[in-house]
Amino acid sequence: MPVDTNAVGKTYPPDVYAVGREKIREYAAAVGETDPRYFDLDAARAAGYPDLVAPPMFAVVYGMRALAPAAFDPEVGMNFAMTVHGGQEFRWERMVVAGDEISTTATVKSIEERGGMGFYVFETASTNQRGESVCTGIWTNIVRGVS
Amino acid sequence: MSLEAGQTIELRVTPDPYVTVRYAGASGDFNPIHVDEDFAKQVGLPGRILHGLWTMAQVARAHTEAAGGPEHLQRLSVQFRGMGRLGEEIVVSGTAEAGEDGTVIVHSEAEQSGQRIIRHAVAEISD
Repeated sequence: MPVDTNAVGKTYPPDVYAVGREKIREYAAAVGETDPRYFDLDAARAAGYPDLVAPPMFAVVYGMRALAPAAFDPEVGMNFAMTVHGGQEFRWERMVVAGDEISTTATVKSIEERGGMGFYVFETASTNQRGESVCTGIWTNIVRGVS
Repeated sequence: MSLEAGQTIELRVTPDPYVTVRYAGASGDFNPIHVDEDFAKQVGLPGRILHGLWTMAQVARAHTEAAGGPEHLQRLSVQFRGMGRLGEEIVVSGTAEAGEDGTVIVHSEAEQSGQRIIRHAVAEISD
């Protein structure tokens, strides 16, 4: 079955994620981080931040929740049994700290077929409660056997 | 910034048997191929496999630790290949070169038991 590209450009309602101290600590521990700015309030404040700092890859936590409605959209039509995460990019513009409220909008960036595989690329754009851009994510999923 | 052109970075980490469980809870990604041994085998995998984004977080950490903090990492892109396994050491290695406007570009990869599970990683590091 060839890929359906009708959903390209489709944007989904923003997801608002409230960044919590304990979630930052839990995430940082799960990926083996040891920088005290992720765990210790005094260390974060001494470094000039108002609260615990989120590691850059915490973008996965607030980004993936916004991405889910796009990835599971029947109009996009990804066959999950045949899907692998092919590539990932993040561009960070501003640090995220505990107490921030991150609003993320997901978009279907492109859907292409190459060599019998479907390349589904999504973009997530995240801003903080002041409207400042904090991170852009480019999520590439590869679906085997589309033709 | 403590990372300069010509410098190399390296990070070694051995994922313990429960890292995928902790990462599933921390990230919200509960895909059973990462947390359910029986399910993983049913779909033809050797067993539970690592989350690609956990491995990418190790690549990110290699950069932020070398650069002196998370605020220096401006961009990171990676390609995932194969599958990451539990209990086998992962080595992230990369080399820094001069970028534009005083930035540093680092090309890296993550290798595990002879297989490059992250390839063509490119990071931009700033002051």
